[in-house]
Amino acid sequence: MNGIAASQGIAIAKAYVYEKVAFIIDEKLIQEADISSTLERIEAAKEMTKEQLKAIGEKARASMGEEEGKIFETHMMLVEDPIIEQRISEHVTRDLKNAEAAVQLAMTEISEMFLMIEDPYLRERSADVVDVCTRMMYNLANIEMPDLSHISEEVIIIANDLTPSDTAQMNPKYIKGFATNAGGKTSHSAIMARTLEIPAVLGLKNITEAVETGDWLIINGAAGEVILNPNEVEIETYKALQSQLEGHKKELQKLLNEPAITKDGHLVELSANIGTPKDIESALKHGAEGIGLFRTEFLYMDRNSLPTESEQFEYYKEVAEGMKGRPVIVRTLDIGGDKSVPYLDIEEELNPFLGWRAIRMCLDKVSLFKTQLKAILRASYYGKLRIMYPMITHIEQVRQANDILEQAKAELREQQIPFDEAIEVGIMIETPAAAVIADLLIKEVDFFSIGTNDLTQYTLAVDRGNEKIAKLYNSFHPGVLRLIKQVIQASHKAGKWTGMCGEFASDPKAVIVLLGMGLDEFSMSASSILEVKEMIRKLTFSQAAEIAEAVTNKVEVEAIENYLARFAGK
Amino acid sequence: MKKMTVEIVNPTGLHARPASDFVKRAIAFKSDVFLENGIKRMNAKSILGILAMGLSQGSQVDIITDGEDEEEALEALISYITNLKD
Repeated sequence: MNGIAASQGIAIAKAYVYEKVAFIIDEKLIQEADISSTLERIEAAKEMTKEQLKAIGEKARASMGEEEGKIFETHMMLVEDPIIEQRISEHVTRDLKNAEAAVQLAMTEISEMFLMIEDPYLRERSADVVDVCTRMMYNLANIEMPDLSHISEEVIIIANDLTPSDTAQMNPKYIKGFATNAGGKTSHSAIMARTLEIPAVLGLKNITEAVETGDWLIINGAAGEVILNPNEVEIETYKALQSQLEGHKKELQKLLNEPAITKDGHLVELSANIGTPKDIESALKHGAEGIGLFRTEFLYMDRNSLPTESEQFEYYKEVAEGMKGRPVIVRTLDIGGDKSVPYLDIEEELNPFLGWRAIRMCLDKVSLFKTQLKAILRASYYGKLRIMYPMITHIEQVRQANDILEQAKAELREQQIPFDEAIEVGIMIETPAAAVIADLLIKEVDFFSIGTNDLTQYTLAVDRGNEKIAKLYNSFHPGVLRLIKQVIQASHKAGKWTGMCGEFASDPKAVIVLLGMGLDEFSMSASSILEVKEMIRKLTFSQAAEIAEAVTNKVEVEAIENYLARFAGK
Repeated sequence: MKKMTVEIVNPTGLHARPASDFVKRAIAFKSDVFLENGIKRMNAKSILGILAMGLSQGSQVDIITDGEDEEEALEALISYITNLKD
């Protein structure tokens, strides 16, 4: 069976079909005289529900962390929610329903209302309403609500859907995976599975009917695949795959605190690209030695006015502090006609990627730019920040930007606001012009960072989005590789350094060439870091340099890729 | 009755934890608290009500407080929203 791949990994275990006893509500009408006693019963059930939720929340917090505990605080709030409360009491006082029926009706009405909302986050809240109201109904009936706390052997949980109440009390030691009828990538079961690092396949529609408790199952989380009653061959195959994956994961984990150093002692830096302060957690978890690209666009998007200096300061400071002294390259605003930011009056352009964007716009909107620079400078006091200007083509742009930076520094000094006086400044190399004059540009800055996506698009004059020419887009084109080499060499000649932010820096075939060309810093999505580190630690710098040299003698893209694939496969 | 318009500044919007923390603060006051965005008016002591407003970053919303501690309530809730970061 195939469903939504919600959390990766492979599990081979017996199924445990978790079904809540269908609750048959005895719906009846009450006498008017019974209204107050009915409301009292509901009140008592509420109190009981709150007490249970408090206890479960504490347990969840202890066994699964703060985030999980927080869910139950929201649930306790739902028990007393005025909207639910009002619906329930209306069904009692106006419609003369008994307590159980009143709660059930309110639950159905409200959860259906939430299911109609488009936002996936809000839709999931309907599950919270159902979870809480169901618990109230169990309490009204004086029946203990079933949960997963009694499971004491390794199983894969099969359910319609899993709520926080279900998962909070299970012992993670025995739960090998989830497969559910409902749910999606953002549902509670998906988040829970990823936290526990167990595989989950969701949205299978009728897995609860197809499987019985005790049936053997294989779930392959990455593929969204569930195999019912697998045969011996399948079990052997997946067991081998599983131990391979686990073995590799463990090997990689051992590298977490090791340097990215080649066998012959050449050291490079592996960093992560992030978009918001929230991404720091994952960066650190995957062993990032720094942030090679902190995109600041998100702070400016989806809003109606510019972010203020103090708002930006807090945002950047969070990253500076969160990285605990590790370097963070903050890229100044890189936005243009391809993104809609209503308050910036960017007109629609025929050719936004060749238009008024990034540094071009910032140099025209000096106060916007200076505000951002001041906020970054102020935050630099709380960690190690570096500033990087995007989309440079002209040396004048770098000089102008640096002038504005000096003004920003002078203003802060005047206000006696501390900042890092030694803050380093660099530029993105993402246009062919910048790459070609790298030897001149490096005199104005402390470092380069190559943005391979744009450099490839501008060098090859290929719009990646255009299907007819998409296959021409390839960063292994010798034209692109030569530019990269030239940029790295220009920085080294000046005693400075070059990094790269872009997925090319984590492409196994590219890593060898880039290493051999002398790239100093590789910045990528956090989840690729350990694999790249493993690769670098298996290579020698002299071998990589030879390969990089050999590549420059090849002219066809395909020949280059084939040649490199031989080394990447090892 | 007191009323003031405020803009949601944090990336999450008035969702998830910010929403429940907002309700916690609203409940602490004796005054009635409502949120209004021109289309809907919702009881701000209800987590469901707030979620149903779907207030994301950049949304404008009126906070209305009505009762004996309305001034204090308005001030506290405005300051909570404008200081949200996540």
